Amino acid sequence: MLQNILPGGGVSLMFSNLRTMWLVFLHLFRKKETIQYPEEKIKLHPRWRGRIVLTKDPDGGERCVGCYLCAAACPVDCIALQATEDENGRRYPEFFRINFSRCIFCGYCEEACPTYAIQLIPDFEMGEYNRQNLVFEKEDLLINSEGKYPGYNFYKVAGMEAGVKAKGKGDNEELPVDVKSLLP
Amino acid sequence: MPTIYIDNKPYEVKAGKNLLEASLGLGFDLPYFCWHPAMGSVGACRQCAVKVFKDEQDSSGRLVMSCMESVKDGLRMSITDSTAKAFREQVIEWLMTNHPHDCPVCDEGGNCHLQDMTVMTGHDYRRFEFKKRTYTNQYLGPLIHHEMNRCIQCYRCVRFYRDYVGGDDLDVFGAHNHVYFGREQDGILQSPFSGNLAEVCPTGVFTDKTLKKHYTRKWDLTTSPSICQHCSLGCNIIAGERYGQLRCIVNRYNSNVNGYFICDKGRYGYEFVNSVNRITEPLIRTRPVEAVDEATAMGHLKSLVTSAPVIGIGSPRASMESNFALMQLVGKDNFYQGISDDTAYLERRIVELLQTGAVNSVALKEIEAADAVLVLGEDIWNTAPVMALAVRQAVMKTAAAQAAQQTSLPAWHDAAIKEFVQNEKGFLANITVIASPIDAIAAFSEHEAPDNIARLGFAIAHLLNAAVPPVPGLTEREAATAKNIAGALQQAKRPVVISGTSCYNEGIIKAAFNISLSLNRPERKAGIAYVFPECNSMGLAMMKAPPFETAMQRVKTENNCTAVILENDLYRYMPEGKADDFISHCGNLIVLDVLHNRTTAQAQVLIPAASFAEADGTLVNNEGRAQHFYQVYMPANDRIKESWKWLGNIKNMKATITNGLQHHPDEWLAALETTLPQFTNIAKVTPSHNFRINGQPVPREPHRYSGRTAILANISVSEPRPLQDDDSPLTYTMEGYPGLPPASMTPYFWAPGWNSGQAVNKYQAEPGGELQEQDQQVCLFPGKEQENFHFFKDSPEAFAARQDKYLLLPQYQLFGSGELSIYSTAIEELVPQACIILSAKDAADLGVVNGAPVTIEKNELHYTLPLKIHDELCSGIILAPVGYRGIPALPWGAWVKIMV
Repeated sequence: MLQNILPGGGVSLMFSNLRTMWLVFLHLFRKKETIQYPEEKIKLHPRWRGRIVLTKDPDGGERCVGCYLCAAACPVDCIALQATEDENGRRYPEFFRINFSRCIFCGYCEEACPTYAIQLIPDFEMGEYNRQNLVFEKEDLLINSEGKYPGYNFYKVAGMEAGVKAKGKGDNEELPVDVKSLLP
Repeated sequence: MPTIYIDNKPYEVKAGKNLLEASLGLGFDLPYFCWHPAMGSVGACRQCAVKVFKDEQDSSGRLVMSCMESVKDGLRMSITDSTAKAFREQVIEWLMTNHPHDCPVCDEGGNCHLQDMTVMTGHDYRRFEFKKRTYTNQYLGPLIHHEMNRCIQCYRCVRFYRDYVGGDDLDVFGAHNHVYFGREQDGILQSPFSGNLAEVCPTGVFTDKTLKKHYTRKWDLTTSPSICQHCSLGCNIIAGERYGQLRCIVNRYNSNVNGYFICDKGRYGYEFVNSVNRITEPLIRTRPVEAVDEATAMGHLKSLVTSAPVIGIGSPRASMESNFALMQLVGKDNFYQGISDDTAYLERRIVELLQTGAVNSVALKEIEAADAVLVLGEDIWNTAPVMALAVRQAVMKTAAAQAAQQTSLPAWHDAAIKEFVQNEKGFLANITVIASPIDAIAAFSEHEAPDNIARLGFAIAHLLNAAVPPVPGLTEREAATAKNIAGALQQAKRPVVISGTSCYNEGIIKAAFNISLSLNRPERKAGIAYVFPECNSMGLAMMKAPPFETAMQRVKTENNCTAVILENDLYRYMPEGKADDFISHCGNLIVLDVLHNRTTAQAQVLIPAASFAEADGTLVNNEGRAQHFYQVYMPANDRIKESWKWLGNIKNMKATITNGLQHHPDEWLAALETTLPQFTNIAKVTPSHNFRINGQPVPREPHRYSGRTAILANISVSEPRPLQDDDSPLTYTMEGYPGLPPASMTPYFWAPGWNSGQAVNKYQAEPGGELQEQDQQVCLFPGKEQENFHFFKDSPEAFAARQDKYLLLPQYQLFGSGELSIYSTAIEELVPQACIILSAKDAADLGVVNGAPVTIEKNELHYTLPLKIHDELCSGIILAPVGYRGIPALPWGAWVKIMV
């Protein structure tokens, strides 16, 4: 019966086994891929999609403006937030919650984020015994760093005045229009 | 019907339309900004370019703005033509050179016509390397936020604000590429329709300021079709919720009622639902621990409603279901209206007049289409603002229609028609007690005492039909006015008479009926509209229950009555002493309400009722149109229930058999129909609670709704089962029927590529027309024919000022008179100062000046407010604010003394 299934018959079956053993033998002389985790840490690529953080802009302000795009992009709907404003009109999340027990680390939230606030970082060590502990609030997510994209401050390029720059003072802006002038 | 060829395919379209309307009506996606179905075309934005070809052989064609080109038989056009497409993309690219990088922090994002149109044209990369133009913003009051950088100069805001609504404090300033849309200086926008700017503006220049305080994107809202609760017109609204809070109200298009626009009270008056003043737990005040659980409350209620005789006090702001459930609980003979005798009497008279079928009770749409309007005694600007807007449209459109007849201009050609019309206007006569902003567009505006208004009305009716006896002793001026008005009404094809209850005068109501009846001929359909005080006043009046006075006598004769008061603050409608008296004579007082007020403070048992956003229910508007509102979100706890549910549960507890009990709104309405035949057909207002489309319910959440697995994760990471709504065909998920639901059950307007509210054109049969899935509209006053109707012949005596006494009348304020809307902080900020209004002559006679304290005196009642002198008020009348928080109900329509 075997001969019906395998082309070449029993001889080639045996040859295959021998070849495999030979290959295994050769691997004895290769570089070892296995590392002694957790004593030895793996070096991950900076763009590896692990734990999600909220970053800050170069001036130390929260980058997240509460635009809800990450929540909308999330395919498992594990992000919930509420936007609010400070006295200058600067938006920030009143709360920001990620349910990591649902997160699939697809990175869509990072892709959707217009301010580089939400970023996936190369850290995967998030195991918990209790599922409830996988619900991260803003204080668990916010880090004191610009993360992977240094130098960007959304409010410097936005048209709104939110206490970061005055109207017309942005790099790409002209001074506010004088409505009373008829000059060309 | 002309046939036009769009990209070589023939389509039949309506004559008199422009190509843009026709294309949108056929379901094509064609970008536009400045065109608005309610405001016509001006061709300002150059966005809707298409190619039109001379004939079949013409392959080059010419670019035209589709909104400025009329439909012609055999016309050939192309939407997909590459030149037209490139043109449209370039126009967007130009607009975007100055548009700021604001979308993430802009409230319009996700609900933005500019975003939609940009995506539609395919523009995706900014090539312009130079700097962006900026503007400073203005403070426009507590309702509207201004962010001028985002402007794309489509001129829709000023066309809406100045031309459509008639406001004059928003304008366009500056020149060339520096035009600025705003006020002359910072300040509160004066028009009560300013909130619509947020919907009219295709981008985020004008946004809803109250939504900004608890901002949620459109796609994250749980929305339901609802009905505005703040006046008797019953405008259709969409209410949105997130995280257990009502977040915003937007207009819900209904071609017969409110069209595209609602007033600011309706848009911003929602915050009472989130108020800290809400009743959230059942309270039994006789216990040491007042808050009790449901079982204890029910047990206590059972003992109360079975031991003593029970009477029920209905409410003009509770739904039909709730009022009827109360009537069923206490019995028909023990059910009373919780409003003053005078109001109840007037409302009953109106119901009787409309039930005769002799006059046509008209919808707002028909008022808008009227060619002559007579307002008799009602200050519609303050009591029914959207009706005032409809009247304005009637006046403006009549003139435009006449102009269109004289020239070959099509009706949609807004700027040209305006140029032609100049200051011509349709006929409006505004005969009221006090001056109103609609006087500005009125051919006649008279400010008279209610009796004189009625006399004028009788005189007009006499001129129209000799069966009405002449009014004796008319002044020459009155006779001339009556003649002019009668002449104009006589010539009109679709005249409408508007009146209402706010003057506390029966004569006015009769006069309005007389005029409408005499105008109503086979060749001319005349309409009538009576404005009522509250959202379900009409429904309550149609139940024909006895008024409060009868209930008062009842509790006085039968000691120890248990009174069940349904969503009604007695102190709002009844003088203080009377309400106190009633409450002290009741053995037990059970009150169901949404917010704490003076009545609930005295309840022995207080039951938390669900607000309109947490309830299903039906309201009957001033026209007799029954409309259903659906639950937007589940109340914060399961003790907060619709009043009809509480009352039904109490009734069921008493019942010995379980058959035929009502549990759902549709069942209550069916029972209402059989019990009170005047409500025949009302059950058709909503499909049964187990109605499904292709087996699917209608989702309240759009398919992009976010955060489902995180919203409650802080409480428990295991997601609960989605909330179950057993009372309606709507569901608390985003899964459900993806097509167009029946019009009355549309929870949001969205179509692929159309995220903003402009998506409504995908729901309409044609732009500005009926919704495609228009279900049956329930009007409870069907017209009748071939009967002999009698005119009223008793015109009142002329008003004569009395010595030292003044006729006290209510002064309604759009912001301030509403019981619930005042809980919105934004609206509270806009409430005009409470004051007593006297005519200049009376003030001079009394020797008082503006701002001086004046006291109203009637029997034991003394009430003092500062004085405001009004030049156009007639002598012998005193006006006082009605419905203000902290101001008691005054004896309206009575003669009072004044102390200065």
